[in-house]
Amino acid sequence: MLELINVSRKVGGEDHIIDVSLALDRGSLNVLLGPTLAGKTSLMRLMAGLDAPTAGKVVMDGKDVTGVPVRKRNVAMVYQQFINYPTLTVYENIASPMRIAGRPKDEIDREVRKAADLLQMTPYLDRTPLNLSGGQQQRTALARALVKNAELVLLDEPLANLDYKLREELREELPKIFAATGAIFVYATTEPHEALLLGGSTATLSKGRVTQFGETTAVYRRPDDLITATTFSDPPLNVLTVTKRGGRFSGPGNVDFAVSSRHADLADGPYRIGVRAHRLAFGGPHAAGFDVSVALTEVTGSETFIHAELAGRPLVALIHGIKRVETGDTVHLSFDPADILVFGEDGRAVSASAAIAA
Amino acid sequence: MARIRLDHIRHAYTPELAKADNYALREVDTTFADGGAYALLGPSGCGKTTLLNIISGLLTPSNGHVRFDDTDVTMLTPEARNIAQVFQFPVIYDTMTVRENLAFPLKNRKVPADEIQRRVADMLRRIGLEKKADRKARGLTADEKQKISLGRGLVRSDVNAILFDEPLTVIDPHMKWQLRSELKQLHREFQMTMVYVTHDQTEALTFADKVVVMYAGEVVQIGTPEELFERPQHTFVGYFIGSPGMNLLPCALEGGAAVVSGQRIALPASIGPVAAGKTTELGIRPEFVSLVPRGQGIPVQIDKVEDIGSERIVRARLGDTRLSAVLDEDREIPAEADVAFTQEQLNLYADSWLVARR
Amino acid sequence: MEKTWNNKAWFFVLPVLLLVAFSAVIPLMTVVNYSVQDTFGNNQFFWNGTEWFKEILTSERFHDSLIRNLIFSGLILAIEIPLGIIVALAMPKKGFWVSVCLVLMALPLLIPWNVVGTIWQVFGRTDIGLLGYTVDALGIDYNYVADPFAAWVTVIVMDVWHWTSLVVLLCYAGLVSIPDAYYQAAKIDGASRWAVFRYIQLPKMGRVLLIAVLLRFMDSFMIYTEPFVVTGGGPGNSTTFLSIDLVKLAIGQFNLGEAAAMSLVYFLIILALSWVFYTVMTNAGTDKPVKEISE
Repeated sequence: MLELINVSRKVGGEDHIIDVSLALDRGSLNVLLGPTLAGKTSLMRLMAGLDAPTAGKVVMDGKDVTGVPVRKRNVAMVYQQFINYPTLTVYENIASPMRIAGRPKDEIDREVRKAADLLQMTPYLDRTPLNLSGGQQQRTALARALVKNAELVLLDEPLANLDYKLREELREELPKIFAATGAIFVYATTEPHEALLLGGSTATLSKGRVTQFGETTAVYRRPDDLITATTFSDPPLNVLTVTKRGGRFSGPGNVDFAVSSRHADLADGPYRIGVRAHRLAFGGPHAAGFDVSVALTEVTGSETFIHAELAGRPLVALIHGIKRVETGDTVHLSFDPADILVFGEDGRAVSASAAIAA
Repeated sequence: MARIRLDHIRHAYTPELAKADNYALREVDTTFADGGAYALLGPSGCGKTTLLNIISGLLTPSNGHVRFDDTDVTMLTPEARNIAQVFQFPVIYDTMTVRENLAFPLKNRKVPADEIQRRVADMLRRIGLEKKADRKARGLTADEKQKISLGRGLVRSDVNAILFDEPLTVIDPHMKWQLRSELKQLHREFQMTMVYVTHDQTEALTFADKVVVMYAGEVVQIGTPEELFERPQHTFVGYFIGSPGMNLLPCALEGGAAVVSGQRIALPASIGPVAAGKTTELGIRPEFVSLVPRGQGIPVQIDKVEDIGSERIVRARLGDTRLSAVLDEDREIPAEADVAFTQEQLNLYADSWLVARR
Repeated sequence: MEKTWNNKAWFFVLPVLLLVAFSAVIPLMTVVNYSVQDTFGNNQFFWNGTEWFKEILTSERFHDSLIRNLIFSGLILAIEIPLGIIVALAMPKKGFWVSVCLVLMALPLLIPWNVVGTIWQVFGRTDIGLLGYTVDALGIDYNYVADPFAAWVTVIVMDVWHWTSLVVLLCYAGLVSIPDAYYQAAKIDGASRWAVFRYIQLPKMGRVLLIAVLLRFMDSFMIYTEPFVVTGGGPGNSTTFLSIDLVKLAIGQFNLGEAAAMSLVYFLIILALSWVFYTVMTNAGTDKPVKEISE
């Protein structure tokens, strides 16, 4: 188990990582989700021992490894760029960490073939990386990380430079590959969708802090605060400012709807509610809703994104099917009041929404 | 603004490659309407960037002609074609301010100073960089820089076309939404011919009125997002568009039905006849596969249910064939179920090409 | 990038530190020691305070050499930097000729200083030297041994021949690192050749130009071997630059205290001027990020 205990890192007076505590189990897949500069790479470097924390401890299987440099730790890394030895064959590329470790020849051969098989690279073992596609190059790098038999494997946006469809294929395979090894996997990404496809656990990062850590779908459905909810929404989360008075939520933009039984116990006062784009429906199947003027529609073939503005804030709705609405049209969007995320003015999720089944 | 005519374009990078019939572009013959938004979509190596460079004039095609309206521009340089281009990585002039960056193409064309000032001020407002107008461009974020690149193209009101080469690659997911919709709004306002190269289907489908799907140097289908989604002309389009892609089930034909692993599936009556001796496949989008109680549909073996937040993906097997279904977030999924297909959405493929409907 | 702390690293760095201590720090301290003492031989030294420094700073001879050297370095920079940029711009960016050009450019850099001096000494002679003979035959009175102007021209041309390649190679490295998209975008924006140079190539070359200017300044300000071989500092004192003067003072006149003081002053001048160049050029906006204004 890898534990980070109150880890912080400052560089030249600038906070890169602020008070992060995480415990990652063996054989687990952990996603670090956050926008560029949220601290994903910095955190990975701390885990690997490439950087030392300015405060806090890094503990591996009960042993304090704070300050132990990366060479003495059993860590493998895969980067966004495809990093392979250009003159070596795929076979030699995969074998390289074992050759360095001076392992016996037959063991190397066995492990290389096993990893190549797992990543479907067996037909390409004799090629050099230059004669491979981007996807195959990244598979080679992944195989190399796997044969190292590292206890910690760090993947820094490994699919970002790949084509959309290749990403889709690898994403589907990766959890299976990870499950077959038993190492601790840490996977950084900027895309909420990718985190959900990978499953496992997710830690959301914002400005150097881990805002929440837990099972991926749990973090997605029950975010602890508004920042987590925003980080973990694609399309962006629609946030409305409302006031609860008696049995109704109301706010600017003619928002006014009955509070669902789930939130009935909340005290009266100001709240911020989050409605995910796919929770908004076209027209009025639901009780709660509002009229918006359409700024733009995007049709993807099976779905429609309706962009609008509500009370001066951008809003996006993901509607099933194809809706031809023109810019400037007024449309009614509705949602089920039970499907909303409710946050206090401070951005913390209110206790009642913890029960949300959203 | 202009209509772009691609008249029997073929391109090989060297004469030797041409002799070996190794064309990067096999044959493209199409017309882009004046003021239309087009996307060139395909995996890496499909020839989409080659085609874009032929339109911009950075490459001269081995065969064929490029016409802007009625002018043959095949042999003209990029600057003589009067086009604008936005690249994958933001290209900005580091030492200039944002304002100077926008004024640069106008200054080079000796536009009068007061006219420059007026147009630049207008563009600054449109791309939302008024507040940063007098900052040095190099200190800005990636998405702001990309807006400058875009603004430099739009500021010249007389351009024939604006070309985009994967412009959102370096942009974070949240900013992608914003930039994409701003781009669409700008297209609406300026009504310029725009050509957008990408491997990301969401970008292509949301941006374009017409998407050009390319594969191995050829155009496989040109269509609206709807057409590409519902009636892919080729199995490649079915696979490439949609996430997960279209289910393709090898089948035999028997009267008005397709037989997949011993199961009869009735086809829409409008599907035309298929000549004997062709390999036939049945195509159905995962979105049009539903789960029904045991005994009411086609029995399948459910392998896995992936919870990806807003949707669930059911991975199943029909005999030996893998089959995916996309279901809504809230739908209960029984351990044992049959599947049903929306009949109207069944597509039949013979030798990978769509069998036309009557 | 930040490195991990590692005590073993010191073990590897130590030999270099010792070497630098022996070759630089200790001699420098010796010079400081000499500069504040006087001796009449017999290894007997007397405290002399700042007298040597006062003498150097008010010495007309020192002033003359310093001005001569400043003019020389100024001319060298004014010729070699633009020339280097022009040659780098003219060099092919890809294909067979790249390596040919690079090898040709590197050739002068491979020749030892004193050999360069000897080559030009012979080259410029009017009796057996190709250059001297040709210029003479054209009816121009050229004699670097007797004519100060001819001597200066010879020394400068020699240095330009020897060192412009360095500027070319540095600039070339800066130029080839500019992504193609920049040139394409500039073409599309309708930029002139000059605008491309001014707004793309020059800013992107900023870093390497800074290095080129610093290297060429420091080197030319310390020039010794080549003029010593060609002109020996003459005719008269016309090509006596600081280092030649220093050697004359130290070895020729064995005036150790004054020479030591002079070397220290010389050292500080180079340090100060290099610092000025560095600050001016980095502030002129090559690559310094603008501070984000928080909103």
